[in-house]
Amino acid sequence: MAEIIGGYFTSHVPAIGGAMHRGAQQDPYWQPFFDGLPPVRELLARKKPDVAVVFSNDHGLNFFLDTMPTFAVGAAPSYANADEGWGLPLYKTFPGHPALSWHIIEALVEDEFDVTMCQKMLVDHALSIPFELAWPGVEAWPIRIVPIGINTVQHPLPSARRTLALGRAVNRAIASWAGDEKVLIVGTGGLSHQLDGARAGFMNPSYDQFCLDHLAADPDALTRDSIHDIVRQAGTQGVEILNWIAARGALGEAAQEVHRNYHLPISNTAAATVWLEPEPA
Amino acid sequence: MNATLHPISQPITHPDDIPGTTIFGPAQAMRGYALNAMCYSFNNAANREAFRADEAAYCARFGLSDEQRDAVARRDVLGMIAAGGNIYYLAKLAGIFGLNVQDVGALQTGTSVDGFRQMLLDQGSAYRNTVEGEKVHG
Repeated sequence: MAEIIGGYFTSHVPAIGGAMHRGAQQDPYWQPFFDGLPPVRELLARKKPDVAVVFSNDHGLNFFLDTMPTFAVGAAPSYANADEGWGLPLYKTFPGHPALSWHIIEALVEDEFDVTMCQKMLVDHALSIPFELAWPGVEAWPIRIVPIGINTVQHPLPSARRTLALGRAVNRAIASWAGDEKVLIVGTGGLSHQLDGARAGFMNPSYDQFCLDHLAADPDALTRDSIHDIVRQAGTQGVEILNWIAARGALGEAAQEVHRNYHLPISNTAAATVWLEPEPA
Repeated sequence: MNATLHPISQPITHPDDIPGTTIFGPAQAMRGYALNAMCYSFNNAANREAFRADEAAYCARFGLSDEQRDAVARRDVLGMIAAGGNIYYLAKLAGIFGLNVQDVGALQTGTSVDGFRQMLLDQGSAYRNTVEGEKVHG
């Protein structure tokens, strides 16, 4: 029987990739963020997950406004990065786990989550950066992935409540999977930030603390705000907290926080790195 | 079909509109489609080159509105957003102009890039001061 070994949550600001590329991790500006990663790397080295179920949002690489799925589940043999418009070096290709992907898709639809099924899917910095942070410098990824994309681009977005419910349905799907893989849950993005508009540069540590303080023990507390109220408190891109909420749901009913790092600013963003451990029922 | 059943010609306003913030909803999605489609095309390096070579022709190829063409020509980010631009796609256009997210922030807030960066740093300092204060005073 598959086992969920933990939940890893971190921000995915493109500039993190730039800092790693330049070797700037120990610069005073970046160090407080990168200091949050060694405990995650230690946990991963000890727990050795085989597959990661990753909740993130596309940034205009795989999806355009012509067809914008609310929830998209990858079922591809592999997931490549591609030019995101800036001509930067490409991130490594991830091996997929199509059998687990299709199991999750079938279980989700059975559970009345009518997801979009993707046998081809490009993945962008939002997915790659957390893995670069977790396994810096590896030649090839030591883990397969099942990516689940949540629309944070085109409103109406799914509600926080629905997103948590999706995550919980993914947890049930993993519980009914016949394989014996060790499964890592990943949530990427956030925390508070806003890139666009006259309010650009908005961050909100008090809302971030609220989210971090409730994520493990009472994730339903994060679902009482409407999307509009989440945007008000977290910023237009702070709604990426939806990825975290879904990932928390996928950990199961009870979880406890093992590690937390919070720092602002990196680039225009308040950033956090968290590890949660599921608690057996 | 009665056109009044589709009253989506203005941005959706909400009684609690968030200052300095545009929610990218249905009205923006329709208004901005051509501009965002052009920006999405910049995932291809050859398209970025074609834009650089002849901006006006490239904008015309994607059928940008006058408002959109004007905002692009003036590097007016707020104007692009008002014309339906979505920041996830506009970021690719900003890259062509050599602008990072702090540059774009400065343009939108009417401050210098240094001033915008400082505003971000100040939020970090204010947060850390509060945390330290709580430690000292319980």
